[in-house]
This record gives sequence, structure tokens and C-alpha cells, in this order.
Amino acid sequence: MKRLPMTLIAGAALTGVFALAALISMVWTPYSVEGMNIAARLQAPGAAHWFGTDHFGRDILSMIMVGARTSIAVAVIAVGMGMVLGVPLGLLAAANRGGLIDEVIMRGNDLVFAFPALVIAILITAVFGPSAVNAIIAIGIFNTPVFARVTRGGALSLWTLDYIRAAEVAGKGKVRISVEHILPNIANLLIVQGTIQFSLGILAEAALSYVGLGAQPPLPSWGRMLAEAQTMISFAPHMAIIPGFAIVLTVLGLNLMGDGLRDILDPKLRRAR
Amino acid sequence: MLGRLKLGLAVLAMVATPALAQRADISVGLVLEPPNLDPTSGAAAAIREVTYSNIYEGLTRFGPDGSVNPGLAHDWDISEDGTVYTFHLREGVQFHDGTPLTADDVVFTLDRARDEDSTNAQKQLFAAIDTVTAVDPLTVEVTLTQPQGAFLFNMAWGDAVIMSPESVETNATNPVGTGAFRFVRWVQGDRVELERNPDYWGEAPALERATFRFISDPSAAFAAMMAGDIDAFPNFPAPETLAQFEADPRFSVIVGSTEGETILSMNHQNEALSDIRVRQAISHAINRQDIIDGAMFGYGTPIGTHFAPHNPDYLDLTDNSAHDPEAARALLAEAGHENLTLRLMLPPPTYARRGGEIVASQLRDVGIRTEITNLEWAQWLEQVFRGKDFDLTIISHTEPMDIEIYSRPDYYFQYDSAELQAIIAELDETTDPEARTELLHRAQRHISEDYVVGFLFQLAKTGVANADIEGLWENAPVPANDLTGVRWTQ
Repeated sequence: MKRLPMTLIAGAALTGVFALAALISMVWTPYSVEGMNIAARLQAPGAAHWFGTDHFGRDILSMIMVGARTSIAVAVIAVGMGMVLGVPLGLLAAANRGGLIDEVIMRGNDLVFAFPALVIAILITAVFGPSAVNAIIAIGIFNTPVFARVTRGGALSLWTLDYIRAAEVAGKGKVRISVEHILPNIANLLIVQGTIQFSLGILAEAALSYVGLGAQPPLPSWGRMLAEAQTMISFAPHMAIIPGFAIVLTVLGLNLMGDGLRDILDPKLRRAR
Repeated sequence: MLGRLKLGLAVLAMVATPALAQRADISVGLVLEPPNLDPTSGAAAAIREVTYSNIYEGLTRFGPDGSVNPGLAHDWDISEDGTVYTFHLREGVQFHDGTPLTADDVVFTLDRARDEDSTNAQKQLFAAIDTVTAVDPLTVEVTLTQPQGAFLFNMAWGDAVIMSPESVETNATNPVGTGAFRFVRWVQGDRVELERNPDYWGEAPALERATFRFISDPSAAFAAMMAGDIDAFPNFPAPETLAQFEADPRFSVIVGSTEGETILSMNHQNEALSDIRVRQAISHAINRQDIIDGAMFGYGTPIGTHFAPHNPDYLDLTDNSAHDPEAARALLAEAGHENLTLRLMLPPPTYARRGGEIVASQLRDVGIRTEITNLEWAQWLEQVFRGKDFDLTIISHTEPMDIEIYSRPDYYFQYDSAELQAIIAELDETTDPEARTELLHRAQRHISEDYVVGFLFQLAKTGVANADIEGLWENAPVPANDLTGVRWTQ
């Protein structure tokens, strides 16, 4: 058996820590994230509160755990949404390559792509109001063209292969071929892209929450924790450093994992080895 | 090489010389942007925080200590029965558009303010007026239906400033007054610029230009202050940073009092909140000191009614609504509201956003769930203040002596009590100081014992300014940033 790349192991370990924290937070956190204890506010990291407390006396470790859940949930659903919308569009475009449908889908993609991702997100949350759900929709929408493109690109090269031609000759329709033959063969590509989009989703959620357009209080969110810490950085630096590291490490973990997965899954790289 | 050095020094000297001259411009930071610049057509304190005494002036004007001083009227006579006020206007006063101030402008302003269609947010200031007549171009006679002790005080409010009929229609976007500064431009969402009025009737202000910049984000405000983009921030939104400013010799920290009663406002049209037991439960669920410490880092004084603690007529009624979660839970059970969910709408100021999170947590402790919605200032004014579409909100009422808002059944919290309305009506007709004190005490007790809203704390004025600026108001007896006496010391 081939050795797994180090990047994959390191990435999966980092991501795993946060995923585990998010899972545990569903049943247990050291302290309640909704309970405030003003008397115990702004404590530096110590024995009672490993990561210290914030300006309301909430336990930062607990908030990081629940914040991980918020980030991961938003990113998973948003990436899922991007896949559910983008992959069929990409398959459809590839199946009708060169046709009107292909043209309409891809130019529509370009249109969405033309807006910077965060601007779309801000637009959506500004119109529909800030909430975690709207953040998901916003991030999902800017994920859609990414998946549509990756799918179309992967599928186009497959459509020229002999076994697809054979399937066509055997009388299979475009939809059946797309689902039965194309999709399984581009799954690797989608998994790698999904991992990368997932890390971008976490960043986008943090950015939206930072400007107040993501998860609303009292639901903890890493981005908002950072925003709240900003004016207190001179006397409570842990309030900014800890959520900052949480974001950096999660995104780093996911990117390493994405790289590692590409190394073992991407057919082109596999052939090159 | 030497030549280049000399040149460099010369350039340096040229650059440095103007910096040694006294500065004559100021950039003042405000958290909230005014919805318009016409103080007679909106309740938002932000309008007066930009325009009061700078652009517009009234017959009388407030000093920094809340005293009532001569304004556009340099003198007045009061008839013996206290019902006829004869104001003598200053000579040679001009509006910024060049039209002279005459008695007709005063008649126009006061008649417009008390008109049925008036958009004035403080109509009660003019309620006692019976007739206003111009005796001659510089004399106005105001007849009251009954003596009113607070009439000169009322005329000093930002809502009672004198406007000219020629410019009144456009004052919302192009304010024209008689003040020491005139309007230059308003870049919406960013700033309002003023410049010295060269034709001002009074002593010319030291400042040539003044810019009000609107920054609601505390960290942006902190950064702007630290970078020197803002010279003074009279109500600094990040109280946690004051210690840092205090330790920095570049800045002076000015902590004073305001007339801002900060309340957890309740919508009396909400079925649950119309029940006094629910309101009482909410009041007992609140821990004021925690809110003051957690949201304002200790700046603020707990209040138990709608009255400023520095006022001699203030009653400390905080015990009526002492922190008692047990009692709150019992009251909710008795009222049958053990499963209550309320919408909590929060405007941008720090006291509301942070205070709201703390209130939500305290309410959760007694079993009331809240859905927090953070609103921008214009949205808050539209939806909550005008639209009355809210259950709970947190806001500071910064007008002085504004307990009468509880006697307005159509005010945004829609409290309708005949008893309180009778007290306020009587107060309005009473001039005897002792009787007034007695009535003010009754009114304070009434709203406190009826748990009309959750009374939280008196907002402190936490100002930060460049240490070289003097003349800023230490306290805020009215929402105002009077820049006429502000100057740079070097």
C-alpha cells in the first residue's frame, strides 16, 4: 500500500481536532456559552478557564467549541448547496457541450463569478437580513459556479473517451451517462474541490460574522469573537488570539487535507508519479 | 551632499511652520448619523448633536451646565401673572442665506411647531402657547394659556430653534439657521461639514471648519481616534478603551453626565407585555450592575425610574425592581407566561448591542427567550420608533426632563395610563417649585411601580479628545455638541 502523504495526515489531524470539538460541543461544553458571569470577565487563560473568559465572563474554550460547530455547519451546508446546484449544472453543460444550454449555464456562471465572493454574500445578507441561514445561502451561491466549472471541465474530457461513446451507441441517454459514467469518474475531483471550498466557506463565515452579517448573538461565532475582541486587544489579547488561531488552524488543516487528497486522488498527478 | 541637506532642511522648515500655527479645524466623531438635519422634524438626538447651537439657535439657549441663557432673545419680560412673555430679539441677526431675523420668523417658527400638522417631535414644549404676535420687528409677545414654569427652558431645546420661512422646506438637507457655523455639505453615511459663519451676530468662534464624522463601529472609532483622524469623540462607543486613552498624553478623557435614561423599552401592544406581572418579572430579571459593568465597563449609574440621578428631584427607586430571578420566575408562572419568546431589537450604540446580549442572557435565566436583531440606526428609527414593530429594545432617551413621554399614548412604547397623564397635565400647569417636585416624585413612582419599561442606567458621557482641545462640554444637559466655545490651545 502506498504511503499517505504527510500533508494529508497533518491536515486531517488539524481538521479532526476542530471537528471533534464541534461534535463534543453538541453534548457537552466546559461552561454554558449563554451563561454570563460579569464578575469573572476578561480573565486570562488559566486553570478554571483554559482559554480565559471574554468581556461578558463567558468561557472562551466553550465558545470556540460551539463556534467550531457554527463554522463547520455553515461551511458544510453551504458547500453541499454549491455541489447540489453546481454539479448538475456542470453535467448538463458538458452533456450539451457547445449548445445553447451550455452557453447559458456557463455565461450565467461567469456572471456570478464576476462578483467577488464576499460582495455577493454581503449583498444577500444586506437584502434578506443578517443570519446564519442567509450566510449559508450566500456562501452556497458563490460556491455553485465553482462546482459547475469543475464538473464541466472534468466531464468534457470524459465525453471524448471511447467507453462513453460506446455507452452512447448502446442507446443510453445523456442523463444516464452523466449519472452512471461521468459522475463516478469525476468524484475525486469534486472531493478535492469540496475540501478547498470548505476551507473558503469557513473563512467566508468568519468574515461575514466579523462584519456582523453572519451568525447573530448569542450564537457564538469565531468571526464575531474576533470583532468583539478588537477594542480590548490591549488588555485582553487572548480574546483575539484564540479565535484567530482557531480560524487559521482550521483553514490550514483543510487546505493541507485538500492538497493531500489531490495527491492521492487526482488521476493526473497519480499518473505522473 | 551638503546642498541637498540644506534643501532638505528648508523643505522641512516649510512643512513644519504651518503646523506650529494654531489649528482652526476640528473633526468630531459621532456614533449615529442624523436621519436629516432639521431638528423640528425628527426625534433622533443625532440631529441636535450636529446642529444645536452650531447651525440653529433658539430664543434661549442651554449652557454646558444645563442653565438657560439668552439666545436670539437678549432679554425678556414676564407679566406678573406669568402668562405673557415679551422677547426682545438681538439686532442685526442674519440667517445663513442672508435674510434678517425678525419677529415674524419667531411667530412663524412657534406657530409651525404647534400646528396640527407639525412634525415636531416635542410638541409638548409648545403646548402652553396660546398666541404668538410680533409687536415690532424685534419684539415678540407670547401669551400662554396658563403660567408655565418651564417655558424659557422649553424654548432652549433643540426642537424650538428659530427657522426662516424662506428656508424651512429645505432645512432637512440644507440647514439654514442663525448660528456661528453654516452648513457646507453632507456626505451621507460619512460626514457633515460646517464652516465659520462670517456674519455671525455674536463672538466669532475660534474654529474655522468643523466636520462631524459618523462612525458607529467601536473598533473603527478607536482606530480613527488613535490615528488622529478624529480630534474629539464626545460619546466614545468603546468605554473599555478609556483607560488606554487616559494613559496616553496625546488624549484627554472627559467623563461627565448625560440626560440619557437608558431603558429596556417594552411594547405595551404586545399581549404578554401589557401584563404588569410580565413587565415586573422582566424588571426583576435584570441585573443593572452587570449591564453597567459588562457593557459600559462601569460607566453609568443605575436608575429605577425615568429621571436623571443628578437632578435634585430624582428619587432612587431601584429597589422596586431589584435583581430577583426567583421573584421573576414566580411572576411569570402566575401570569401563565412560562414559555415566552420576545423580539429584542438593538440599535448600533454599544450600550444597546452589548447591553442587549447581557439582558438576553439575564432573561434566559428566568425562562424568557429572546430573538436578537441588530438594526442599523435608520432601520431602528423606521421600524421601532416610527413603526412600533418590536417587543423589546434598548435605547437611551437623552432629552432633559422627558418623563412626560410616558403620558403620550402614541409614543413608540404605547403606554396608556390615565393616572400618569393626569399627573403630567397637572405638572405642566404648576409653577410652584415645591408642588412641581411633589408631582415629579409622583410621576417617577408611578412609572416605576407600574414597571412601564425596564429602567437600566443613566448613560455617562464618556468623551475622548485631543489633549490640545479645550471648550468641549463635559456634561450633556441636552443632546448637543456646541462647538462655539471650542478651540485648540496650540
